[in-house]
Amino acid sequence: MQTVPSIAQPRPQDEPPIVVSGLGHWFGEGNARKQALGDIDLVVESGQLVMLMGASGSGKTTLLTLIGCLRDVQEGSIRLLGRELRGASANRLVESRRRLGFIFQAHNLHESLTAHQNVRMGLDVHEGVPEAERDAAAAHVLALLGLGDRATYLPANLSGGQKQRVAIARALVGNPDVIFADEPTAALDKDSGYDVVALLKRLARARGTTILMVTHDNRILGLADRILTLQDGRIVRDEKPATS
Amino acid sequence: MTRLVARLLQRLLGRLPIGWLQLTHNRTRLAAALAGVAFANILIFVQLGFLGALIESIGLPYRMMNAEILVAASDANTLSDGSPLPRQRLYQTLAVPGVAAATAVYYNRLDWKQPDGTIRTLDVFGIDPSAQAFRSAEINAELDRLKLSDTALIDRKTRNVPKDLFPSIGAGRPYQFEANNRSITVVGTFEIGGGFSADGYLVVSDQTFLRLFKRRVPGAPNMIFVKVEPGVPAAAVVDRLRAALPASDTTIRTVAEAVASDQRFQTTQKPIGIVFGFGIVIGVLVGVIIVYQVLSSDVADHLREYATFKAIGYKRGFFLGIVFEEALVLALLGFIPGLVIALLLYQIIAASTGLPISMPGTRPLLVLMGTLAMCTLSGAIATRRLERADPADLF
Ligand SMILES: Nc1ncnc2c1ncn2[C@@H]1O[C@H](COP(=O)(O)OP(=O)(O)O)[C@@H](O)[C@H]1O
Ligand SMILES: [Mg+2]
Repeated sequence: MQTVPSIAQPRPQDEPPIVVSGLGHWFGEGNARKQALGDIDLVVESGQLVMLMGASGSGKTTLLTLIGCLRDVQEGSIRLLGRELRGASANRLVESRRRLGFIFQAHNLHESLTAHQNVRMGLDVHEGVPEAERDAAAAHVLALLGLGDRATYLPANLSGGQKQRVAIARALVGNPDVIFADEPTAALDKDSGYDVVALLKRLARARGTTILMVTHDNRILGLADRILTLQDGRIVRDEKPATS
Repeated sequence: MTRLVARLLQRLLGRLPIGWLQLTHNRTRLAAALAGVAFANILIFVQLGFLGALIESIGLPYRMMNAEILVAASDANTLSDGSPLPRQRLYQTLAVPGVAAATAVYYNRLDWKQPDGTIRTLDVFGIDPSAQAFRSAEINAELDRLKLSDTALIDRKTRNVPKDLFPSIGAGRPYQFEANNRSITVVGTFEIGGGFSADGYLVVSDQTFLRLFKRRVPGAPNMIFVKVEPGVPAAAVVDRLRAALPASDTTIRTVAEAVASDQRFQTTQKPIGIVFGFGIVIGVLVGVIIVYQVLSSDVADHLREYATFKAIGYKRGFFLGIVFEEALVLALLGFIPGLVIALLLYQIIAASTGLPISMPGTRPLLVLMGTLAMCTLSGAIATRRLERADPADLF
């Protein structure tokens, strides 16, 4: 497999990529203040595909955005890739996000950019990579996702499944250490949903990438290395499916 | 074409030309934006054109004066206002060392009724036909005929007169017209070029002038044209004249200073100059508002994409870059049609009004710089909306 420029930085060899302890989170002020998460302790090992389940409003997205450096930590601690996120400056959080990949419920592709250009946006955030290498890397990842012949298409001319695969390519192309996905199959039919996640898992495994994925989709649970269930902002179940 | 520009911009920016791609993706919005920028440019060009023509036309009669120094009334701001000078000023002027010659010049405005009943206004100069008040060889060749009473020379560039009038005069057929109850015979032509206040110029002898304007007093002219002796600096003679003549009723300036102060007065104190200046301000405002509208709605339409890019790790500077890229594209692309249409309008205006309206080479450069500044300002205001793109809201 062709090497995409590595952006990994050294971290303590034995420290897992995600270490959460005593995490709590609140929304709102004063009387409207409401707890979304509490007493979260979680360690995720490198290269694992971890799925987050739970009823709507149970705090899955909040947990994902906290570990994904998109919100400030209010209580407890999150160590991501060897760095403490609590009290980190906005700038530090942005720097940390450059080592992550994000896949959203909606594909969030830029309508004016071709599939290839959208994927390049996932790479251009890293400095110092020669132009030709960027183009090659983006084309390579698109090809891995079976979209080699769609590189010059605008999102408007792609199917839902194809768009989500472009979004996955965008998340993968920077060779991230951790990928965060929130219901990535919600907009897809069951079959293409399963295929897309299976493909994501295969590519991530080959690169040693850790994945944290929120899902309601029972069909894809079989792909998980580990399934966490949230309820009222707490982790109530932590299982490892035997099939994995 | 758009792809070529995209590749060029990519080289230039060292990144994907997202601003350009966004703008060209929505062609209707792009067209509206470019029309807006072009419109603002045209407005500014036309106002600058009129302002330039005003300044140019003010200078035309001064340039005809066969003089280095102009003695005028202290309350005169232009050639056409101010009180007459007292009688003795001409003799006092002639007595100042360094003055080679001095001649009194009368000025007044005359209504010239056309055969069809409409009225043209003429700026009339009354000169001493035994002196060469003007540089024009055509006027100086006819001075003897001007000595005959009620004869005149007319500016060939006078606006709105029958087409065959000047060729006919040139061919030796004098033209007669009635004004102020006198019959004036036009025996020849010269060329100055009309301005904004009058349609053209008429030159007559001082005797004819005084008959034409009965209320004017002999020996009390509006100006004295002064020629300096060769080798004597005009500034030194100006100083001596200022010492010799009372400042209470006379101003003494070199002709160049007089032109500059007349131009300054008419462009900043008179309504006409102020209107053109105001028109330029309106043009700039229209441009800023249209570009702001386009850029800020473009930002609003792409908040989700920008939030995604923020999540990926792009920083503020990257988004500012996109907005400014768009602003520059709009400025450059809107400027080109604006300039082309303005050039066409200049030709139409020059042909239909006879005003000296033209495009000096520096003006497009100036307007382009202004347009870039205008679009950058709009872009800067539009970027405030970027703050609303919060990546945490994407999930
Ligand atoms: N931006 C927000 N402002 C206020 N309350 C929020 C916000 N985001 C989430 N919440 C609240 O926090 C709780 C957890 O929400 P969320 O993490 O989105 O749950 P899930 O993703 O499991 O559906 C819910 O009660 C929700 O109403
Ligand atoms: Mg959610």
